[in-house]
Amino acid sequence: MSDFTSDFWSVYITGISLVGMFACLLLLWFSGKAKAMTANDNTTGHVWDGDLREMNNPLPRWWVWLFIITVVFGLAYLVMYPGLGSYAGKFGWSQVSQYEAEVAKGNKEVEPLYAKFNGMKPEDVAGDAQAMAIGERLFMNNCSQCHGSDAHGSKGFPNLTDKDWLHGGTPDKIIETITKGRIGNMPPMAAAVGSSDDVRNVANYVLSLSGSPHDSVKASLGKSKFGACAACHGADGKGNQAIGAPNLTDDIWLHGWGENAIVAMINNGKMNQMPAQEHKLTESQIHVLASYVWSLSNKSGALALK
Amino acid sequence: MENLKPSSRKVIPIVAVAADAVQISSSASSDVKMGSIYQAQKKIYPRSVGGLFSKWRWAMVFITQLVFYGLPWLEWGQRQAVLFDLEARRFYILGLVLYPQDFIYLAGILVISALSLFLFTAVAGRQWCGYACPQTVYTEIFLWLEKITEGDRSARLRLDASPMSSNKFMRKAAKQFLWIALSLWTGFTFVGYFMPIKELGMNFIRFNMGPWETFWVFFYGFATYGNAGYMREQVCKYMCPYARFQSAMFDKDTLIVTYDAVRGEPRGSRSKKADPASLTLGSCIDCTLCVQVCPTGIDIRKGLQYECISCAACIDACDTVMDKMNYPRGLIRYSTQNALAKGWARPQILSRIFRPRVLTYAVILLLITISLFASLALRVPFKVDVIRDRASLARIVSGGKIENVYRLQVMNATESAQDYRITATGLPGLILASEGTISVKATESRWIPVTLQLPYDAASAGSHEIHFEVESLNASGHVTEKSVFLVPR
Repeated sequence: MSDFTSDFWSVYITGISLVGMFACLLLLWFSGKAKAMTANDNTTGHVWDGDLREMNNPLPRWWVWLFIITVVFGLAYLVMYPGLGSYAGKFGWSQVSQYEAEVAKGNKEVEPLYAKFNGMKPEDVAGDAQAMAIGERLFMNNCSQCHGSDAHGSKGFPNLTDKDWLHGGTPDKIIETITKGRIGNMPPMAAAVGSSDDVRNVANYVLSLSGSPHDSVKASLGKSKFGACAACHGADGKGNQAIGAPNLTDDIWLHGWGENAIVAMINNGKMNQMPAQEHKLTESQIHVLASYVWSLSNKSGALALK
Repeated sequence: MENLKPSSRKVIPIVAVAADAVQISSSASSDVKMGSIYQAQKKIYPRSVGGLFSKWRWAMVFITQLVFYGLPWLEWGQRQAVLFDLEARRFYILGLVLYPQDFIYLAGILVISALSLFLFTAVAGRQWCGYACPQTVYTEIFLWLEKITEGDRSARLRLDASPMSSNKFMRKAAKQFLWIALSLWTGFTFVGYFMPIKELGMNFIRFNMGPWETFWVFFYGFATYGNAGYMREQVCKYMCPYARFQSAMFDKDTLIVTYDAVRGEPRGSRSKKADPASLTLGSCIDCTLCVQVCPTGIDIRKGLQYECISCAACIDACDTVMDKMNYPRGLIRYSTQNALAKGWARPQILSRIFRPRVLTYAVILLLITISLFASLALRVPFKVDVIRDRASLARIVSGGKIENVYRLQVMNATESAQDYRITATGLPGLILASEGTISVKATESRWIPVTLQLPYDAASAGSHEIHFEVESLNASGHVTEKSVFLVPR
């Protein structure tokens, strides 16, 4: 309970809770002493409209014990659980600790389920119908928010069903990507390339690498300036998976297609991040999930998904 | 004991009292005293009673308890016939598999229950309270257990007044044993509706129940023990909301348990041989049996009171006495206020059943019951939910096509694996680019990514309404769900 802005609120809440409970007990004590007017025909003697008489139907005395029990329960609860301001309670319970305990319990329950996949090669896991059903659910819950339910991705979020991999498409690399996450960094390169004309020329050269529509004159002028890009993307523009530099020759455009998009990329650069999943998923889950992701682009080796 | 002075009458809570019937005696106000606003509970020792209505009450005890204790043991195929699996969120009722999305049926059952309560109450008063309510039924059973261990009313009164002895101890211990055994069995049965009862039974015998099962078995057992053994009429008088709002369904043609004061008064004891015609007394011999048998401890001769649960124990008791006295039965009987005031016979009472209030309740009840069963009969045994992918609204893919991605949740509400065919309609040229036939395992639900493609110029930019149609290939059934297809500018 560290979210109070000052100690005052902690004291304030503690005070209200305890004074309220004490007031309840006091009220019970007073009401036990109070008397009501009762005639022998069980009315209070009050009559309205000639025939409407007020009855005295007293509350049964045992009902009072229910009030006392609730007060005792309340006090016991406040000792055991957080409730009195910043006091954490004897049990040390918190929503976060309960959540973590439940996740740990859930993981323990499903552990035997994953046990048989742990020893298998990802290529074999991809052929197991049960593992793929689990993988599909893991993907739906954890990956589809960015990569799409069908894993085809969208602008800025890579398509996982093609053979184009930024950081490598072997099962080991996929496990590494899921576990640790990835940061793709394209620095602004305009200064290194040269003038704005140079940038436009290089953009046309990049388009020419994949056979995309381009201005061949500008492309030939840009070729000499491509050296600035070659450090990462390679002299042939085929990229470098070790540093996550995309292949520029395959007509796959993660951040947008066309001359203007490429010019913007050279001028502004791009920082793109895939978050690490190691604290959300267990190693066994990542193993099954990576096998599923691998199977998406290796349908022939994998089970034909229904 | 009970105060039987005829002058100390209680006001009937809902039904208006004729002005001349109310005598605000000046003597009453003279001995006004100051009393506590809390009341000490007086233990009631109801005397056991036999007769027509007692037989009906016991018949209802057997019917309701056979259903309650027996239902969880019924099998349906390979599983328990009635099982509410909260953890898996599947609810099995005979052949039906219900999802939490079928909550409307529970609402329907509750509406039907409420309307039935209205209808029965308007016609015949608190029949539910007197014959079918678990509080009454378990109290009846607990009273019977009390009777076979401690004896009837007078024996119990003597036993409670006597000092502790081995006899008293043995009788009390036997009663407690039976009470606790029945309570635990009740708690166990209740939990058996929410998890397989045979498995639960094995764990129960081996003292191997989980913490929650243990808690609920003992909690529900304790509630049964406390309510039927000790709280009894206190529940009806102080805790039960239905007891109070049922009076709002009463009118002057509602059947209530009545005492025929015209015939009964002036009451008084007499010799059995005395000729009734020569006495200046009414039929009531003031034996107080009607008070002794009353489970809520009231005197029905004071008129209708809110404590009366309409169990008719006093009718049975009075009829027995009338038989012994060779008087006609029915000094206390089911009758209506109108019948009593106007001296109606049975046909006139029955003809008043067809009054607007009753007919209205009956028609609404009938309509809702028919629609509930019709909707159950026409229910498609699977459900579909469509959710659009949020990350990408639309994308352009090779072949110059616009692609939208959806997620379909297909819920199979049958107990066998099912194949479904997915199609999409609503735009010219709209095609399904993902797998068109999917299979979902028995009683499972599955998320399926679905990709739709549209030729580039087939639709204007913006949002277009489309429909997913999912049909079952193994059984009949067809579900249409609305969604939208977005075309980017």
